[in-house]
Amino acid sequence: MTRPYVSIEAVTRAYPGHVVFRDLWFGISRGEFVCLVGHSGCGKTTVLNILAGLDQPDNGGVIVDGQEISGPSLDRAVIFQGHALMPWMTAEQNVAFALSCRHRDWGKAKLRAAAREALEKVGLGHAADRKPSMLSGGMKQRVGIARALALNPKMLLMDEPFSALDALTRGALQDEVARLVAEAQQTAFMITHDVDEAILLADRILLMTNGPDARCAEVVVNTLPKPRDRANLHRLPGYHALRDHILEFLLTRSRTLAGTRPAEWDPRRPPEVFPAGPPATIPAAA
Amino acid sequence: MQRQVPFWQSALLAALLLAVCLGAWEVSGGNGGTGATVVDPEYAALVGQAAQSGGQTPFPKPSQIGARLWELLRDPFYIRGTNDQGIGVQIAYSLLRVALGFGLAALVAIPLGFLIGMSPLLSGALNPFIQILRPVSPLAWMPLALFTIKDSTISAIFVIFICSLWPMLLNTAFGVSSVRREWLNVARTLEAGTWKTAFRVILPAAAPTILTGMRISIGIAWLVIVAAEMLVGGTGIGYWVWNQWNNLSLADIVIAILLIGLVGLLLDRLLGAVARLVAWQE
Repeated sequence: MTRPYVSIEAVTRAYPGHVVFRDLWFGISRGEFVCLVGHSGCGKTTVLNILAGLDQPDNGGVIVDGQEISGPSLDRAVIFQGHALMPWMTAEQNVAFALSCRHRDWGKAKLRAAAREALEKVGLGHAADRKPSMLSGGMKQRVGIARALALNPKMLLMDEPFSALDALTRGALQDEVARLVAEAQQTAFMITHDVDEAILLADRILLMTNGPDARCAEVVVNTLPKPRDRANLHRLPGYHALRDHILEFLLTRSRTLAGTRPAEWDPRRPPEVFPAGPPATIPAAA
Repeated sequence: MQRQVPFWQSALLAALLLAVCLGAWEVSGGNGGTGATVVDPEYAALVGQAAQSGGQTPFPKPSQIGARLWELLRDPFYIRGTNDQGIGVQIAYSLLRVALGFGLAALVAIPLGFLIGMSPLLSGALNPFIQILRPVSPLAWMPLALFTIKDSTISAIFVIFICSLWPMLLNTAFGVSSVRREWLNVARTLEAGTWKTAFRVILPAAAPTILTGMRISIGIAWLVIVAAEMLVGGTGIGYWVWNQWNNLSLADIVIAILLIGLVGLLLDRLLGAVARLVAWQE
């Protein structure tokens, strides 16, 4: 059996008397962007924490690039929901701290230069010497993105990275992340409950039923052509069908399917659907 | 929200209050009614001049205290034998003891507090000891210290050490244990390692709390050194106070109170300045 670049296999997480999710299987190909969508309480963040190595599954495991993960790693950079910057360090020092963990032999000057370069990529060259308290919410999250991308990780993990931002800032950052991830051909996994965000960024969207005992009910393949941008996204043919499909899942089926495990549903291969049309336009990544 | 008051207004009121208090003291104090005291001639023959005030030392007036203060501060660092040294020398002795005791306590309390803060096991195991020892007056340790150490100066330093230890220990442990989980998670995903996490993440995150503990400690240490020196004697501002009490030099005691307050204020301000250096805001 050939494995995808990142493979989540039979992962179960349970607390005493409470199964968060059970027998979760999915894969992420190299360079693919996968979004996980579901309501609060379905264990989205737990999935991400397990991928990050911050949480351990009770059963099953995660294999990245042929190796089972055993804990947190620089190869799986996380962009946290709260920016999680250290407030006593400047933006540059925050990025340089991460770089100093990756490149233990680098001198101060080299770390500074690399940190500046990373900040310039997210348009924050001018704010490098500011502490996080002097940055707006969007700027803080940009520093968080710069910090994660500067590590040049095997995969990027994002836990609702824009949920704390206002709509305008969120949109700008979504475009930014789309561009940066595409440029770096970054393998990425993101948790969100913003449907448009998922459609803009993801190649595949995993839909989770409500918890407890949540499962991945289906995999929506986003066949809208790339690169996408927010301005034109809603004009693309198939966009509305795709959006309606996901919304309908979130509004009704996530609830009605909760706790059920139909006989024909195989946890190893949840059904793939193509609401935006057949995967002719781009090769389906699966 | 409190109304902002210009600095000069409060300063003026403070000066006014001081003037009124000192003025009232000056007028009401002194040897009122000495002439009326009936003194037994035999007693007068025995005690000499003191008999005029009926054997009572008059409480000094502010003007007398001011004159004495000037006298003491003109040459604060003279040393004329073991029992006659300038007030600056005495304060220096006290500060040295506080510095040594406080420094040693910091060396023990901060690393130990770090361990307690990081390890719930250690925290649970040491907590009963800390809770029982912490409320003990540091002076209660004095006899034990004198017995085991046998040196009065080192005993005083030990007492300072003991009293400075607890606030720093508890604050360090609290600061370390309440470091944001997300910062620790960042460090973990960066594979920062134990030492790097401790020095680059936990220490700066907990530094403001640790400094608060140090500030409380130095305040207590400065309170305790006076009492400790009264007991062990020899040198120091506490000893000086006791010495002047034996001499019945009340003016000197008032001056000592003033100076102890001033030095305590300076110590607090010093650590306050350090606290501002390590403070961070979100």
